[in-house]
Amino acid sequence: MEVRVSNVRKEFDRFPALRDVSLDIRSGELIALLGPSGSGKTTLLRLIAGLERPTRGTIFFGDEDASNRTIQQRNVGFVFQHYALFRHMTVADNIGFGLKVRPAAKRPTRAEIRARASELLDLVQLSGLEKRYPAQLSGGQRQRVALARAMAIEPKVLLLDEPFGALDAQVRRELRRWLREIHDATGHTTIFVTHDQEEALELADRVVVMSQGRIEQIGTADEVYDTPNSPFVYGFIGESSSLPVKVEDGQVWISDRPIGLSTPDLGDGEATLYFRPHDIELLDDCNGCIAGTLAASRRVAGTRRVELEIGGARERVEIELPVGHPAAQKSRVAFRPKRWKLFPKEG
Amino acid sequence: MADPELYPADAYHQHASLAVTERPLARAALMALAFAFLAIFLLLPLVVVFEQAFSRGIAPFLSAINDPDTIAAIRLTLLVAVISVPLNLVFGVAAAWAIAKFEFKGKAFLTTLIDLPFSVSPVISGLVYVLLFGASSLLGPWLKMHGIVILFAVPGIVLATVFVTFPFVARELIPLMQEQGTGDEEAALSLGANGWQTFWHVTLPNIKWGLLYGVLLCNARAMGEFGAVSVVSGHIRGLTNTMPLHVEILYNEYNAVAAFAVASVLAGLALVTLVLKTLLELRYGAEIAATRGH
Repeated sequence: MEVRVSNVRKEFDRFPALRDVSLDIRSGELIALLGPSGSGKTTLLRLIAGLERPTRGTIFFGDEDASNRTIQQRNVGFVFQHYALFRHMTVADNIGFGLKVRPAAKRPTRAEIRARASELLDLVQLSGLEKRYPAQLSGGQRQRVALARAMAIEPKVLLLDEPFGALDAQVRRELRRWLREIHDATGHTTIFVTHDQEEALELADRVVVMSQGRIEQIGTADEVYDTPNSPFVYGFIGESSSLPVKVEDGQVWISDRPIGLSTPDLGDGEATLYFRPHDIELLDDCNGCIAGTLAASRRVAGTRRVELEIGGARERVEIELPVGHPAAQKSRVAFRPKRWKLFPKEG
Repeated sequence: MADPELYPADAYHQHASLAVTERPLARAALMALAFAFLAIFLLLPLVVVFEQAFSRGIAPFLSAINDPDTIAAIRLTLLVAVISVPLNLVFGVAAAWAIAKFEFKGKAFLTTLIDLPFSVSPVISGLVYVLLFGASSLLGPWLKMHGIVILFAVPGIVLATVFVTFPFVARELIPLMQEQGTGDEEAALSLGANGWQTFWHVTLPNIKWGLLYGVLLCNARAMGEFGAVSVVSGHIRGLTNTMPLHVEILYNEYNAVAAFAVASVLAGLALVTLVLKTLLELRYGAEIAATRGH
């Protein structure tokens, strides 16, 4: 099922949580809504589910306008952040709930509901736990039950709100791989919300980066990581360093020195240079480079992170060096970013 | 799989006993104070009621109970409780639902309104009904014309009781429902349940223990209410006297044995309620703790 969000705006007490958001989701796609808290990602998910109504704009399921449909009519599977399992029901009753509450004409028999619950428990690898209560399950198991319950109603779209948020790191990684497998096996159109970039980049076909109620960028993990299209995405996804620079005649300057980067398309004026700390080359002779004095250096996993003070304003940037690289011993280091982007100063 | 959430109580108690325990002497003093206070102010009076009721043996007690006026009072009290408790059950759940699960204008006002019966004297509550439905009131002539009797009759007593006991169910449920939030209800709706199914299969099981507490307390108060009922009942023996009113009349007539006999029956009804509550707590303690979420 394709899902199309068209110019949607959502206000809570006049405060805009989403401002004019549009998004096309292809059938069978696994999409991540990624952003910091307050970026509107959960609001967008709840709007798609029908748990909220848009203030303006339209949401299409396939070719049909679903904006005015209730959540029951939309037939979506929603997995809540804290699972919202019914604590007074067994695992099997939780999973069968969506079938049990169907109108009599469409309701499967009890035996069929029980069989379907067992089937789904097999799928989420929890066979044999039918009779347990949610309080008797671990966090990871509850998560799986919540997913099985959402899938029991054969939803057109599967929506997950911070599906791994409450789990510890080890279980998260396991479940992440497992969710991908389930998605590939069932082919549901799946949208999940996360604030964890690693999760989004690893799991999703496409990542929707959001900030302050707007979509900043939509793209595959590679696109979003390698060619961020805004300072926000640069800063939010992966490590980044930035420096205030000047553009003159298509050349990039730091104070009074050109640094050997040219930008023919950008007009003259002040700008900010963004690059990845690991995406640089070290230079011996500084014939157009960024040079700085070493201010601090620390070991981060397999690399050494070096902090440099640049120019008279002593702007600090970070670059990454291989462990044991001789440059880390010197007091002055010269480098040039291999891949970088300039954003003109706002205002 | 090991799950720390399964054993929060044990961990908590161990922790507490290490960190914040008083010295034995202080502990004993605090406990003695609490027990002494309860004994003098609560237990002793209760014992005296029963002692007085049987002070001249069992026969006068039985004849006091068997008096037609007493039987009428017992019957009226039970009738009033049977009508007003279910009414407040429905109103209380509706009000708690509205306050805990929706955002709307006037919510704070509604919350204050629910507390009103607790904050004004029951006598005033009764007087309000007299002003509203009395012969010289605005509604009085109209009611009289249509032959509707409210004051000095059962409807008035029920109205006053409903008013006074309204907060018990709502007050018990509001914090519980607020804490539980709307997550479970949203989950049920997303699975295709309609509003009624959601309430019946999800909300009600989540609040059933709190609801039961509220109903028990509401019932105890409905049977014991004096002030408001006294104003609207008219004290007609055998007709509009509830048990508390009957006790007072008997007492004022210096018929101490009969007064205390009826009082002991009333206290007995209250004790049954308390015992019921304690039994439920013993039987379902773990489940109650689980559904309350702490």
